[in-house]
Amino acid sequence: MTTPLLRLNSISKRFASTTVLTDISLEVDAGKVLCLLGDNGAGKSTLIKILSGVEAPSSGTIEINGDPISFKSPKDANGHGIFTVHQFGGTFPLMSVGRSFFVGAEPTAGFWPFKRMDTKHANEVAVRAIQELGITRVTNGSTLVGSLSGGERQALAIARAVHFGVKALILDEPTAALGVREAAHVLRIIMHARQTGVTVILVTHNVTHAMTVGDHFAVLIHGALAADFGKGERTREEITDLMAGGRAMAELEAELARYQDSTTAHTPPTTA
Amino acid sequence: MAIDVTPLSPEPTIAAAERHSMGVTLGRLVRRPESGALIGTLSVYIFFTIFGGGLFNSAAATASWLNVASELGIIALPVGLLMIAGELDLSVGSVLAASSITLAIVSGWWNMPIALGIALALLVGVVTGFLNGLIVTRTKVPSFVVTLATNFGLAGLTLGLARVITGSVSVSVHPDPTSKDIFGTLIDGQWEVAAFWWLAVILVIGWVLHVTRYGNWIFAVGGDRESAVLTGVPVSKVKIGLFMASGLGAALVGVIETVLYNGAQVANGQSFVFNSIIAVVIGGVLLTGGYGSVVGVVLGTLTFAIVNQGIYYTSWNSDWASLILGLLLLGAVLMNNTFRQLALSYGTRIKKIKKKET
Repeated sequence: MTTPLLRLNSISKRFASTTVLTDISLEVDAGKVLCLLGDNGAGKSTLIKILSGVEAPSSGTIEINGDPISFKSPKDANGHGIFTVHQFGGTFPLMSVGRSFFVGAEPTAGFWPFKRMDTKHANEVAVRAIQELGITRVTNGSTLVGSLSGGERQALAIARAVHFGVKALILDEPTAALGVREAAHVLRIIMHARQTGVTVILVTHNVTHAMTVGDHFAVLIHGALAADFGKGERTREEITDLMAGGRAMAELEAELARYQDSTTAHTPPTTA
Repeated sequence: MAIDVTPLSPEPTIAAAERHSMGVTLGRLVRRPESGALIGTLSVYIFFTIFGGGLFNSAAATASWLNVASELGIIALPVGLLMIAGELDLSVGSVLAASSITLAIVSGWWNMPIALGIALALLVGVVTGFLNGLIVTRTKVPSFVVTLATNFGLAGLTLGLARVITGSVSVSVHPDPTSKDIFGTLIDGQWEVAAFWWLAVILVIGWVLHVTRYGNWIFAVGGDRESAVLTGVPVSKVKIGLFMASGLGAALVGVIETVLYNGAQVANGQSFVFNSIIAVVIGGVLLTGGYGSVVGVVLGTLTFAIVNQGIYYTSWNSDWASLILGLLLLGAVLMNNTFRQLALSYGTRIKKIKKKET
């Protein structure tokens, strides 16, 4: 068996006296999609912060291709090929596509003190990168990011990660704010990235989206790994139940059924 | 849901976009941040040319608004940069007074070399800016509050120390001819040499904001702080640097005024606090950060100065100047919002043009 691209060894995170994550162990192979599922407050965002270098784990280790590593900053995580894209793309609405693409890693030309940002090059590269992800509407690098749609901004952020050598792409609720057509395009981009050997960690509430692209699923409940299974091992209902905390959902359904029974019994006869 | 995994990319259409660039040049111009500011400057200039009774276009009148614009511009440009990065600096008034008094006490009262006085005066500005930046980035207290506190604190300190050391609130100084030539001459009896300083500041700040990578960081920090942190932009360093620049700008004007008028008063400078913000906002900089241009701030400064001085060439009482400025400010913000919306619809506009062609 090959070494997984990314491996988490019993990661825990405590903030003062509260434990947010307990003993999370996961592994993802290169070119696979891991769907990270869980209710609000289950610890998904803390896990993402640890993976993207924003927070350090209280205990446990992260391995990339078998080498243990620790991230000093998000930039450091990027250096190791781990990129995180947030719900709204994490881009700058009033900056041009070319400028925002290269924030923090601007291409320069000329010599000090006349060293300048190579805006022309930046625009060309950014436009080419986003067009490769199927966003052909963006043809000019000086277009403002704010004029792009939500899905196009996601694509821009993913294109940026691809350009800077992404190995593992973490997507935090990429489809939550999108319409059906745009969400489908983002999912298609995920499949495309997967095909080129990129590992994708998809955080989502949407079971349909998760089941469409996922190879592997992990469910977090109260900061602990509640389930960890492969594609086709669980049904949609089982996954939904797990996400909602399992038992709680069944109880809610039973309660609703009782409520409906009691109200239908007293329904006044309809006139007309 | 069925997802087909066909290749995503048809042929890139960059070449097609190049062809359109000629046709949309005017459209692009209209969508730049300084377009509203340009209309503002031209309007007030034409307005006072008509109502200024023929005197407004004279050399004397031009010198009077250019002098006001030069001093304001040296402060407004770094303040504008700071506002693009999402922060305010209300301490420029006291920095100007403190720098001015420092120069007068060191070189006038204590009779030390004028160069030393100027160096210390500029240092006062840089140090105040550094402290502002440090407090804002470390405590996360809004810069509005921090720099308002600095403005009062430094004003008190300046007044207190000036009275303790000299026993007075105004101190005179007699600069040597060289420093007079550099900082405070009236060329031809009416043009302040400060105009050249303003020009230098325009070139330096224009270069930094629009050409260097540091400028890209300024836009990023003001546009979305969290994303800027995630991409590795040293947000705190950028902000502290900008606060130091605005302190330096205010201190430079303090030096210029002191050398020009051969003395300093502790009450100088407070008008620059709001005037600089007005100039920057009229110039199309977004108050919440992330958007603006140096050309815009320059035009905003000119607009302010023209209204400020133009009123004296009309037959009306100069009391009305503030009313005009207030209305202008409101109008400018509304107009700039419109232009920003146009800029944001730029991408879709190109699409429409393309559709027509195919």
